[in-house]
Amino acid sequence: MIDLISQPWPWYVAGPLIALVMFTLLYFGNSFGVSSNLATMCAIAGAGKYASFFRFDWSNRLWNLVFIAGALIGGFIASQYLTTQPGIALAASTVASLEELGVTNPGAQYVPEDIFNWSTLFSLKGLIIMVGGGFLVGFGARYAGGCTSGHAISGVSDLQIPSIIAVIGFFIGGLIMTYVFLPLILTL
Amino acid sequence: MKYLKYLLVGAFFGIVLSKAEVVSWYRIYEMFQFDSFHMYGVIGSAIAVGIILIQIIRRTNMKSMLGTEINIPPKNRSVARYLLGGIIFGLGWALTGACPGPMFILVGQGVGVMLVVIVSAVMGTFAYGLLREKLPH
Repeated sequence: MIDLISQPWPWYVAGPLIALVMFTLLYFGNSFGVSSNLATMCAIAGAGKYASFFRFDWSNRLWNLVFIAGALIGGFIASQYLTTQPGIALAASTVASLEELGVTNPGAQYVPEDIFNWSTLFSLKGLIIMVGGGFLVGFGARYAGGCTSGHAISGVSDLQIPSIIAVIGFFIGGLIMTYVFLPLILTL
Repeated sequence: MKYLKYLLVGAFFGIVLSKAEVVSWYRIYEMFQFDSFHMYGVIGSAIAVGIILIQIIRRTNMKSMLGTEINIPPKNRSVARYLLGGIIFGLGWALTGACPGPMFILVGQGVGVMLVVIVSAVMGTFAYGLLREKLPH
């Protein structure tokens, strides 16, 4: 059993389990949406002084912070106890295109180790990817009213048109970044 | 005690996204390169099962454990905010290789520098709050 769990899980196991997480949160009387935690953090830090958007009672959103803390613990459990060999079996064409852009050992770890580390953070490449990228995710998620969990999974499952538009936007942005900007940024 | 169940469901979520490699920067890049079905399979099957579960909730008029109506908050009708916001989000998603959930999961996996990505995402959210009145919605 533990051997089976230690393998990478196929898509047809993961997808339904993600839907189950959404269903469980609905059953608890809440809804599935991770990015609203970022706004909750702003509110707790006192952002309400600067923008009315953050003036809300965050006490009824604490459950979601606990959920995301749980997710962090889940990441720890998975990497420490449920993974025998790190590394991602990427498509050969993906590996080739990344090597061409100077990424070393694509797929050896979950994230490119020569980008996501503290010394690269203080380079132009690292600042753009980690600080710039994070900023865009936070800004865009709130502007669009949700991220992958709130729109792509919950909203689309509920057949809400705004969520379908948002997901189309996610892909437009993702494709522009992947094909236009990322090749320039990775070779900085 | 009230919060324990959220911690458990969150941990389950973190394990699922870790084991299916959804939190991997590479998987996101591969998805946008259309080189693998994996991510499309994960998102597609989550939506397919999600549609069925939500239809069951609707048709059986299922209540939450608190006895309240179950609903996914409907969104306002608009195109600009979803499309523009979505594009900005997508640009960031392809850069960091992580949407908000995976950022936290990766910290748990030991990628400490993801904390900087999270702080930046909080700053991005704050910037949206400041500029909100000036943006098309």
